[in-house]
Amino acid sequence: MNYSCSRYELKCNECGRRFGNQPLSACPDCLAPLEVAYDLEAVRGIFTRENIAAGPASIWRYAALLPIPDGFQPDLPVGFTPLVRAKNLGKRIGANNLYVKNDAVCFPTLSFKDRVVSIALANAQKFGFDVVGCSSTGNLANSVAAQSARLGLKACILVPSDLEPAKILNTQVYGARLVRIDGNYDHVNRLCSQIADEYNWGFVNVNLRPYYAEGSKTVGYEIAEKLGWKLPDNVVVPMAGGSLIRKIRKAFQELIYLGLVEEKPVRFFGAQATGCSPISVAVREGTDDILPQKPNTIARSLAIGNPADGPAAAKMIRETGGWAEDVSDVEVVAGMQELAETEGIFTETAGGVTTAVTARLYADGRISPDELTVICITGNGLKTTDALTGRYEEERAIRPRLADFDAYLRELDRTAEPELAVAGEIHVH
Amino acid sequence: MSIKVLLPAAFTRHTDGRKQFDSAAQNLPGLLADIDTTFPALATQIKGDDGKLRRFINIYVNDEDIRFLGGEGYSFKDGDEVMLIPSIAGGCA
Repeated sequence: MNYSCSRYELKCNECGRRFGNQPLSACPDCLAPLEVAYDLEAVRGIFTRENIAAGPASIWRYAALLPIPDGFQPDLPVGFTPLVRAKNLGKRIGANNLYVKNDAVCFPTLSFKDRVVSIALANAQKFGFDVVGCSSTGNLANSVAAQSARLGLKACILVPSDLEPAKILNTQVYGARLVRIDGNYDHVNRLCSQIADEYNWGFVNVNLRPYYAEGSKTVGYEIAEKLGWKLPDNVVVPMAGGSLIRKIRKAFQELIYLGLVEEKPVRFFGAQATGCSPISVAVREGTDDILPQKPNTIARSLAIGNPADGPAAAKMIRETGGWAEDVSDVEVVAGMQELAETEGIFTETAGGVTTAVTARLYADGRISPDELTVICITGNGLKTTDALTGRYEEERAIRPRLADFDAYLRELDRTAEPELAVAGEIHVH
Repeated sequence: MSIKVLLPAAFTRHTDGRKQFDSAAQNLPGLLADIDTTFPALATQIKGDDGKLRRFINIYVNDEDIRFLGGEGYSFKDGDEVMLIPSIAGGCA
């Protein structure tokens, strides 16, 4: 069960051994996670600004630097999400040059997981798996379910039993087999690695993990391209397993190597919820040793207490001169509301984490106001509406009469904050 | 007293295909010493040049990460199921 490809193959970053292409996630010798290594010279002259611009408006425009088998025909227009200037949020938190990478609207299932799953499933098909699966905190489950339905693959998905109802429904609707596990994500993940040992299934984030993880690079390519082939000064990224933040950097390094962008130092900042913050704790304490935690946070998509890419992420963040922070659940909800109110972007709890951490980084002076900073929003708020339960009262209905409306509005204005009251009056007159 | 040790498929090339074995080890250092003598090739695989357990290995006792139980200081109990597993990253970001 393997294939050869001249552009890329699996490699152990610890001992340097190479493995061709096969469904394998850890080095059999030193047990370190495997990565996909590319022959960058082979794509020089192919992976160019011009060729990319002529490609489709999806992650497939970067296909030359993605581990997809020769002959693979991309199907869904995944990714290529907006990068928007965030002047309003910036004004509120003291940032003059702030951008939001908005994967809350990633196709097809509204999270950045669509990127990684499309790469993993391309390889699952090449390896001949009939059944694919994943351990998931929700977004991954949704994406595997949807994309495997489209490709005609059977899916078996394992999730912690306390997952948000919307994320469970958004998996079941695609006809996937969903197994709820009485435990946290780390229990689910461990079980999946045992299942992958016994069943001949393609687990996107276990035995297909090296391929899967490469999909995250497209976030980095898109940031650079949409900035006019420039790198930002800073990137703020949510951290669960610790993979995305490293892959964005890998993308930037490839772009520099191939001459698509000018070399410049980019600082990476990691965001976690305090209730599950093993990586941010390691960064703050100046160590690469990750002490596992038992997650207790509403940011369930980030609730990985024992992140295997954590040591590498912590090391990388420090190398770039960046930092990591974690925020309370109260701040997470406030972050969700702040991003929605200022930029019209409704993100899930993980995005609340990222927004709140970003605000703190500016408040603490770790990021200067004029530096070009991109924050990565990775999921959609419609999937975690339970986090906002009780935040907005259901208003009483009024009769369909102008006088009633007028009276009602004045009543609201008496109780509203002054800023909102003024806005109301402008509309009334 | 006896504990049951479970191994993933990746380790079985060093154990003649055995996926589990029993040990009378009292604690984690005792278990590693036991592996040194019973399966020396496995010992080489799971320990680095410094003789310490590689950081990519997680050890679970009855579903609980041993680090939550006191790590090397934890005393195995009769019937404990001890699992050695490479840490595979996962999750959402």
